[in-house]
Amino acid sequence: MIQFAFKRFALAALILVVAVTVMFLMIRAVPGDPVSIMLGPRATPELKARLIAEMGLDQSLPKQLFIYFSGLLRGDLGVDVFSGRDVTTIVFEQLPHTLKLIFSAILWSALLGIGLGCYAAAHPNTWIDRAAAAISVSFIAAPAFVVALLSLLVFAVYLQWFPAIGVGEGFWDTAWHLVLPSLAIGLSWVGYIARLVRASMLEVLGENHIRTARAFGLSERRIVGIYALRIAILPVVTVIGVGMGFLLSSAVFTEIVFARPGLGKLVIDSITSRNYPIVMGAVLVSTALFVISTAVADLINAILDPRARSGT
Amino acid sequence: MTDIIADTSKSRSELAIIIAGVARDPLGLIGLIIVGSIVFSAIFASWIVPYDPIAMNIPDRMQGPSGTHLLGTDQLGRDTFSRVIAGGQVALKVALPAIFGAMTIGLTLGMIAGYGPKWLDNFLMLLFDTIRSFPTVMFALAVVALVGTSLQTVVFVVMATSIPTYGRVARTQTLTLRNSEFILAERAMGASMARILGVHMLPNIIGVLAVLAAMDIPTVIALEAGLSFLGLGVKPPTPSWGVLLKDGYALIRQTPWLVVGGGLPIILATLGFTFLGEILRDVVDPKLRKNR
Amino acid sequence: MTETLLEIDNLSVDYETARGDLKALRDISFDVNRGEIVGIVGESGCGKSTLISAILRLIAPNTRFRNGAIRFKGDDLLTRTEEQMRALRGGDISIVFQDPMQTHNPVITIGKQMVDIQHRVKISKAEKLATAARMLGVVGIPDPEARLKQYPHEFSGGMRQRIAIAMALMSEPDLLIADEPTTALDATLEVQIIERLKDLQRDFGCAILFISHHLGVIAELCDRVVVMYAGAVVESGTVREIFHNPKHPYTRRLIECDPGHIKTRARVLPTIPGEVPDLANLPEGCIFRERCDQAMARCAQVPPLTRLSEGHNAACWLNHAEEIA
Repeated sequence: MIQFAFKRFALAALILVVAVTVMFLMIRAVPGDPVSIMLGPRATPELKARLIAEMGLDQSLPKQLFIYFSGLLRGDLGVDVFSGRDVTTIVFEQLPHTLKLIFSAILWSALLGIGLGCYAAAHPNTWIDRAAAAISVSFIAAPAFVVALLSLLVFAVYLQWFPAIGVGEGFWDTAWHLVLPSLAIGLSWVGYIARLVRASMLEVLGENHIRTARAFGLSERRIVGIYALRIAILPVVTVIGVGMGFLLSSAVFTEIVFARPGLGKLVIDSITSRNYPIVMGAVLVSTALFVISTAVADLINAILDPRARSGT
Repeated sequence: MTDIIADTSKSRSELAIIIAGVARDPLGLIGLIIVGSIVFSAIFASWIVPYDPIAMNIPDRMQGPSGTHLLGTDQLGRDTFSRVIAGGQVALKVALPAIFGAMTIGLTLGMIAGYGPKWLDNFLMLLFDTIRSFPTVMFALAVVALVGTSLQTVVFVVMATSIPTYGRVARTQTLTLRNSEFILAERAMGASMARILGVHMLPNIIGVLAVLAAMDIPTVIALEAGLSFLGLGVKPPTPSWGVLLKDGYALIRQTPWLVVGGGLPIILATLGFTFLGEILRDVVDPKLRKNR
Repeated sequence: MTETLLEIDNLSVDYETARGDLKALRDISFDVNRGEIVGIVGESGCGKSTLISAILRLIAPNTRFRNGAIRFKGDDLLTRTEEQMRALRGGDISIVFQDPMQTHNPVITIGKQMVDIQHRVKISKAEKLATAARMLGVVGIPDPEARLKQYPHEFSGGMRQRIAIAMALMSEPDLLIADEPTTALDATLEVQIIERLKDLQRDFGCAILFISHHLGVIAELCDRVVVMYAGAVVESGTVREIFHNPKHPYTRRLIECDPGHIKTRARVLPTIPGEVPDLANLPEGCIFRERCDQAMARCAQVPPLTRLSEGHNAACWLNHAEEIA
């Protein structure tokens, strides 16, 4: 198990290194010179030269890459052009808000989706199953930021059941502020997970060991809810892990719509103010988050599935 | 020689069969109707719109929906309905070239990976996996931060991030076909690689990629709208569904119809293309259902 | 002393399919007495599996009980509710399935699975674990306490089948159904399992309904045999009678074709010519007529299962020869 975890995280690290390199090269390859863009039309040659030197842009490409990586190893993502603060500090200040949002969204949507999927699989081809299928497809089709805007309009502006902006203070207030944003992010996941669980559940319920469980008189609830679900849930874990990129994307929009602090708002504000190191830092951290989450999903699967652990 | 002719006529009648197959399913029919109306209204936008979508008319600003303005007007007195129709045109203008570009490049790279030497295959696969590990929107934001906002930037980002998906599928298909009997026969007869790839493999791969593309269109439309909503996509005054949402969001209490007018078409388009893609997939290749 | 435990009485079961009803079981009748081992033998597709799913009502949704009764301790199981049936499964009746590699849940430890099936017993979890370990010891799994913490894939096929037997015996059932428990195992393991099953039957005193297409195993293990063909019973009797004095041509051919019974080296292995009839579209008369080398005019009528001697029944007109004259 420990060996498996080690291997998996080594792979994650490798992907991350390649990803950072590719990103670095791509950004260097696109036309336009970051310093001119950052400073805008008022850039004086002296100012430009200073910034170029500060950011190491006068060095050769491999040298730049080396400097960047050695900085990363020390946890150094660069320095904010305006305030002079560490980018690392700024990004990690905002990260918890985004994580809270993402996890609350995936938590409720996974629970509901798994429940719906199990029910549909246990009662296939009933009207509830068909209704769940239709709702699933429709939910999958709803982009988070559109749902965010429409729910803001209906529930916050008109009905005023929920607050429109901010994150709130204290547990209950925070939770209250999370409802609409996490609804917006989670909605498409409910349908997606429900479909996934239904399909894998139907497959598992047809396997021989389920017949054994029935032959020993275990209750149907126990068979579906524990014996089959333990297996049917494995693809869900993978999908959530791989879906972290998608979740992060949804979070960016949702944070803007509900004026919540977080990575998304940080990036957008930094783009507007042309604060290039912060944008890079935030993109990097979110990529890392994504790569790590896929690795964690694999680890959770290994814990849930003893066969994956021993590699058979 | 004759088989080329046979191939094209076959694919043409196949297309008719596929469309008929999609239309037979209720969901597929709904999808066809929605997608059809979006494409129709995009092509004939200039005849459909009752007002010029970018002409300001300050005295009529921020009017609610009425007989004269079906979906009301915005803060500059522009007709929302006209802007919604014109926005559909913009959405397709971004989505279609981006997806076509991604599909073409993905197809080429995928076929090279599947048919070429092993080291090239490994290299391309690592590259694909890496690009797939960027969160799309974050990547888009990074690029926009560098090169500034424009329609081309959006197209570029969408293309870059979806090439790996097409590439992977094209590679798998190429690998499968590579060892099939009719390709082996061609090779034995000394056909050139270009002929094998272009004439024999391409028609067999493109169907699967077309299904992927149909499923991808809503994602791209949503991404364009999203970036435009953030003010990082299509520039005002060009009407985009995302720009409508942005204007509506800024004045959500005064002009909520803008939010509805921008939001509903996105949901409808997503729904339409998703239905179409799902049913298309089942009709074209039932095997894909399990793999994805 | 010979108290009837299970009584299958004129049981007919159909599968509703798109191309009409599939007559899977037709007028099946036989008994299993307490403490007795009864073998059911027949080719694949003869209805053996349908029969055991019918007894436990672990059936596909398109299964229809058309006629007859399944009496267990005198009580007709077909009139029971699903909830009452569930109380029976893994209680008074338990079952060992064919494929040991897939019979256990792959992501739950053997110990947990063995504790879970004791859901009707009101003892502590530690006691249940102790029972499970004891049972593993009984079927010959070494170091049972440690192995309870392991997952199915950490056991070999033979071990898994022994675990399945341990699980089935844990509730001390009155009837153990064994559905081809040794088919998936190689020959040496087969012998081990059969020997083990024999010993356990003696210790636990349960009746066993043993399904197999392997005559050697049946002869080794069983007291009585039921021969099935195409969803019907063609012959039943004691092992001695069936093997030494078979009264149905099908039984005779089955014995001839059994590799264990071929004493001289045969150039071509004997087989029964022809195919099992289509159960959705049964031919008139005796179901074996098409493949029988002794078929005659009278076989156009269905022969009844007739008692020939004490405990020996067969359904063939050949045994009615004197009546024809």
